[in-house]
Amino acid sequence: MMRYFLRRLAHAFLLIFGVSILAFLFTTLAPGNYFDEMRLNPQIAPETVAALRAQYQLDRPLPERYASWVNSLIHGEMGFSFAYNSPVAPLLLARARNTLLLTVTATVLAWGIALPLGVWSAERLGRFPDRMITWGTAALLVIPDLALALGLLVLAVRTGWFPTGGMASVDFENFSFLHKLQDLGLHTVLPILALVLSALPLLVRHVRAAVAEVLGAPFLLAAQGHGISGRTLLYRYALPAAANPLISLLGFSIGALLSGSLLIEVVMSWPGLGPFLLEAILARDLYVVIGGVLFSTIFLVAGNFLADVLLYWADPRIRTESGSR
Amino acid sequence: MRIQRNVARWLVVLGVLHAIVACAGFFAPYDPAEQDRKSPYLPPMRLHVVDGQGQFHARPFVYAFRLREGTFDQYEEDAGQSYPLTFFVSGAGYRLLGFLPCRLHLFGAEDSRVYLLGTDGYGRDQWSRLLFGGQVSLLAGLLGAGITLSLGLSMGAAAGYYGGWRDDLLMRVAELFLALPWLYLLFGVRAFLPLAVRPLAAFFLIVAVIGAAGWARPARLVRAVVLSAKERDFVRAARGFGATDAYVLRRHILPEAGSVLLTQAAILVPQYVLAEMTLSFLGLGVPEPVASWGNLLSSLQQYSVLVSYWWMYLPALAMVPFFLGYLGLASSLQERGPAYKIERRGLGSLT
Repeated sequence: MMRYFLRRLAHAFLLIFGVSILAFLFTTLAPGNYFDEMRLNPQIAPETVAALRAQYQLDRPLPERYASWVNSLIHGEMGFSFAYNSPVAPLLLARARNTLLLTVTATVLAWGIALPLGVWSAERLGRFPDRMITWGTAALLVIPDLALALGLLVLAVRTGWFPTGGMASVDFENFSFLHKLQDLGLHTVLPILALVLSALPLLVRHVRAAVAEVLGAPFLLAAQGHGISGRTLLYRYALPAAANPLISLLGFSIGALLSGSLLIEVVMSWPGLGPFLLEAILARDLYVVIGGVLFSTIFLVAGNFLADVLLYWADPRIRTESGSR
Repeated sequence: MRIQRNVARWLVVLGVLHAIVACAGFFAPYDPAEQDRKSPYLPPMRLHVVDGQGQFHARPFVYAFRLREGTFDQYEEDAGQSYPLTFFVSGAGYRLLGFLPCRLHLFGAEDSRVYLLGTDGYGRDQWSRLLFGGQVSLLAGLLGAGITLSLGLSMGAAAGYYGGWRDDLLMRVAELFLALPWLYLLFGVRAFLPLAVRPLAAFFLIVAVIGAAGWARPARLVRAVVLSAKERDFVRAARGFGATDAYVLRRHILPEAGSVLLTQAAILVPQYVLAEMTLSFLGLGVPEPVASWGNLLSSLQQYSVLVSYWWMYLPALAMVPFFLGYLGLASSLQERGPAYKIERRGLGSLT
């Protein structure tokens, strides 16, 4: 068992390592760097620009830069942000926390809604509730994320039900603890609603398909013959049998939610990785871009690792497979 | 048979939708960059058939708008002045399908301008911009999907057919591309390419970025198909007769990948149109004054626009019928063949 986990863990680390190399390879494509704009300024001597480039090691060959970046990673810095004049890691950590708050909540909510809805739909296959759910998910599926997020924003502005941007009210610092919690909750409603609504239809459809496939199986008929019925049959017997593809889907859904969250954070000015990354791209803040991309990779790889662990727990076939090897 | 008919039906729907956008110049009354500085942020005009006296007119007409007293951006309908629509009028010149010079427009009005979806801050007709923007966005999606599929096809075929170290290398790199959330990958690649470029260059740049970033998933699917096709008896027989690798691939193996690629195309095109919209919306894609579905919406990032000019949101809904068409096509394609099983495992459009 430990060997299985260790192998998955090593795989995850190799992936992250590979992505960091890939990101550095891409930086060689860049036509300029952060200090290029200074060259247009006649008051800054070319020697100054060259000195700055040298100071931040931008004139070194790629392997050397990568080595020094890895070195700074070990010291918990992940390179240096030119625009913020500070190490990258602490800057990113503050934003990554906010992104995680959104995506984790949205993942939990989306799955919490999709599982019962999908099971219910599969149970009533072809009947009225199933058809309603199929139509509903189809309707949600054809609305693009961007239109959904902007639509919610327009709605919020016109009704005034929810705050439309940011993560906290202006005088957040002066609120009492409960009031702070309430304020934060109110601000998260809109982005999380957008995320959940965009992720939900695919999840529901996959849950429905997986459970419907299992429901015809002989072992369920046998269970029914033994007098097991209703909720116990569905959730205790059918759902675990259908779990395998759904757990792989969990990893994918985390990736989709991270992508969706990038856009929704920018649209709803949520202070997460999304706006920060966009700002860094526009400023050519090299190491922040690499750091941001790497953080998203770490989240996704961690999500996939979680899915692997769950799969091990849920699917006996994997246990015997890895045991025999 | 029924499924074939379904596929055909969705293809017709998509064909009509694309034809409308392709002939944007005809359906749009004005040039997308033409500014009407006197009427910025004009709300959508309503088409009337019954006038103030309750009289019915067969020809729809619009009322003139005038500024509300004491404001500078609030308009009200002036029921005293009506302008009937005229059809098949001659107007601003455009190139039909990109090359035929033409002046004919579906509709217009004499002595007045008709703004079906209102105007933006420069007084440009949103309806015309929507149609012309669709050309940019849809073309980006189609070209991007084309690039992705040809990359995926060649990489997947090479990996699956030759096997060995080539397979290992390609699939490890594919894994790296899949380890990134899709939009972050797009941002990461876009970050290291020139930012301030002319519209045409920007267009090709993002088509290339979008197309290249997504190759990993179709490559995996094609590889799976090739791996199973490689072991078929007729393929072994062909090789036994001394057929070259290129011949076997082209004649016997790649046709098997056709249905997978077709389904992938139906999934990828809307995803890529959305990717173009997202990049342009955030200012990393096609820049003004060229319209695209993404940068049409970018003014909504300003709070004042969001509050006061709700009709600026309407272009966001343009994507819906196209999504519906592609979704219908993808699902009826998936129903059609054995590709479905592979698809389920690949989870085509998820990330």
